[in-house]
Amino acid sequence: MNPIFSVRDITKFYGNQKGCEGVSFDLYPGEVLGIVGESGSGKSTLLNVISGQLEPDQGDVLFDTRHAGMVSTTAMAEPERRMLARTDWAYVHQNPRDGLRMAVSAGGNIGERLMNIGARHYGDIRETASGWMGRVELDTGRIDDRPSTFSGGMQQRLQIARNLVTGPRLIFMDEPTGGLDLSVQARLLDLLRNLVRELGLAVIIVTHDLAVVRMLAHRVMVMQRGQVVESGLADQVLDDPQHPYSQLLVSSILQV
Amino acid sequence: MTDPSDTSLGDTPPEGTHDQDYNFAYLDEQTKRMIRRALLKGLAIPGYQVPFASREMPMPYGWGTGGVQVTSACLVPDDCIKVIDQGADDTTNAVSIRKFFERTAGVRTTEKTGEASLIQTRHRIPETPLEEGQILVYQVPIPEPLRFLEPRETETRKMHALEEYGLMHVKLYEDISSHGHISTAYAYPVSVEERYVMDPSPIPKFDNPKMHQCPAVQLFGAGREQRIYALPPYTDVVSLDFEDHPFTRLRNDGVCGLCGADDTYLDEVIMDDEGTRMFVCSDTDYCATRIEEAAE
Amino acid sequence: MFEISGLSKEFHLHHQQAARIKVLEGVNFSVLAGECVALTGESGSGKSTVIRLLYGNYLANQGAIRIGGLNVADAEPREILEMRRITLGYVSQFLRVLPRVPTLSVVAEPMMNAGAGEAESLDKARTLLTRLRIPEQLWSLSPLTFSGGEQQRVNIARGFIHDYPALLLDEPTASLDAVNRATVLDLITEAKGRGAAIIGIFHDQAARDEVCDRSIDISQFAAMA
Repeated sequence: MNPIFSVRDITKFYGNQKGCEGVSFDLYPGEVLGIVGESGSGKSTLLNVISGQLEPDQGDVLFDTRHAGMVSTTAMAEPERRMLARTDWAYVHQNPRDGLRMAVSAGGNIGERLMNIGARHYGDIRETASGWMGRVELDTGRIDDRPSTFSGGMQQRLQIARNLVTGPRLIFMDEPTGGLDLSVQARLLDLLRNLVRELGLAVIIVTHDLAVVRMLAHRVMVMQRGQVVESGLADQVLDDPQHPYSQLLVSSILQV
Repeated sequence: MTDPSDTSLGDTPPEGTHDQDYNFAYLDEQTKRMIRRALLKGLAIPGYQVPFASREMPMPYGWGTGGVQVTSACLVPDDCIKVIDQGADDTTNAVSIRKFFERTAGVRTTEKTGEASLIQTRHRIPETPLEEGQILVYQVPIPEPLRFLEPRETETRKMHALEEYGLMHVKLYEDISSHGHISTAYAYPVSVEERYVMDPSPIPKFDNPKMHQCPAVQLFGAGREQRIYALPPYTDVVSLDFEDHPFTRLRNDGVCGLCGADDTYLDEVIMDDEGTRMFVCSDTDYCATRIEEAAE
Repeated sequence: MFEISGLSKEFHLHHQQAARIKVLEGVNFSVLAGECVALTGESGSGKSTVIRLLYGNYLANQGAIRIGGLNVADAEPREILEMRRITLGYVSQFLRVLPRVPTLSVVAEPMMNAGAGEAESLDKARTLLTRLRIPEQLWSLSPLTFSGGEQQRVNIARGFIHDYPALLLDEPTASLDAVNRATVLDLITEAKGRGAAIIGIFHDQAARDEVCDRSIDISQFAAMA
């Protein structure tokens, strides 16, 4: 099996300030990679660079496109990259308000990506949107309601539906459970896990919540001061961390 | 010393001349050249919004400052202009702008669509089909069709550049989902030559098909927003829609109470305080012409 | 099926006076298909550590752990995941699942992960839960609300729902009553019967005698600290 996504020696500085340095990894279809580290460890910078929102100072990001195989996304022309971001990639924001159009109905939010790639049949778009609402366990009767009338957990599920409707193969997630109540987090994680299995999605999830990593991620990378200090199988890194910083992270989890 | 009670604009100069205190058609020649360059660029890229250095005009924004600047840049002394506001030649806005050009350019004016070489319009396209050689100038309040869905100008420009127009259909989708049909009745978005999506200014969607393959030059000016865009003659202009909710023209179901026309865009007129009402043609010239012809 | 050679494990605790705790050294043994082997040794001798090393949950410092052709000690994470999905099952002492997921789905999950269809997996989950005497009215609830014994049985059901060719069992019969204990021993015997290689920790001497073919004393590999 070939990787779907390959990150090679990515370095990004903000002036003299290091964002991230020398990060490399491969991601395979169906694989969930967790990136953990405290605030300022460079995990968000890394996510922004590899998802094409920031230009790296050095290194390359390759994606296995449907038509041309492995292609450098950093060298790609902007229209092509934006097209990728609307079709084969998805980005789930921590705050659903950043990933949804709050003034557009739930159905319109889900349908937008379809209309972006040329869907022009209202009935079909609506049926697909309704189907996806069901899949993320939202009441399909609320298809015409605006997201502002939804709870935080529902908004986050709507954001996921909106992102998955075009059948992306790679999903970037930035603290997807960050703003949610604990009770809602579990349900969202279960949903994500099932979708990952059913659709064979590759996921890169940035989080500081090690419980999320344990439940969702197959592999984990621990970042500190812009560098990856340890990476490996998620449960192995959590149960038998090798690097001093990973040990500190794991031993700092509060027990209930 | 002038009499403070005299609020008139002064005497209209004799026909064929203009008030010598102003340059011809008010704007200075450099400004007109700048606007003409923008117009030519707009005509070369139909539907593309060309930024231009909009000037302060002696009228408030919203009264057609963009249209007036475009008209000013196009006028030549031989022109005969017509100005309409919602189809009518005799409303304040139309009368003021007509007088403005009578005084500053000394050009002939008319209310007859067929006689005019340049028509400045606010929110209508005349019922009488336009012909080659004529120019139709639209007054545009908000030129950006994506504005209400995407507030960032940097982003909407990019969307135009990359032809990312899915959002336009989201707006129509929202219409259907909340009203059962596309309820947008004016400023209905169009696709120009299968490239740029364009806001046709707040004309009723009844008028949209008149833009398609129109023999006249159509120019759009937005003064406050500082944008000019254009449609050269015989341009493809298609109203956006869904396969299962096709574009439809919309008019009040009735006939004109004055001329009896049953195929024109009608205004509703309330006759008394008991709910009596009648419909009349919004295009006053078209209506008057029909009445004259019927009398003959 | 299992072939362990020269395996050693040391924990390096950077934040506790940089302590180095050497647990195992030179572990050598192998287990054939159809064989059930008990790991023995007093508490703290490293039995659970061996199981976790075999599952890839702990990182081996030295040596090789070959399970069905894969050397877990230097395999890529995705190779280990693939092995866990298809080849190697694990019944741990602790049930670690997402809150609020119904028991039936929790049990069916490993089988679906191994590639089986949803209906088929749910069917088998029902059969196993019935055999392990988890009352049907609990199936739609999360196992996290269950008693220790019930959680243990859910864990066992997860370990036996897919026909893994290799199995690791950490105290599978602890905290079970006699009837359920018998069922678990039946499951182990059935797995042996279809050729699975099994390594287990059984404090329950009688259970060990009933299902295990031999024992390996882990204390012999205890590292000299």
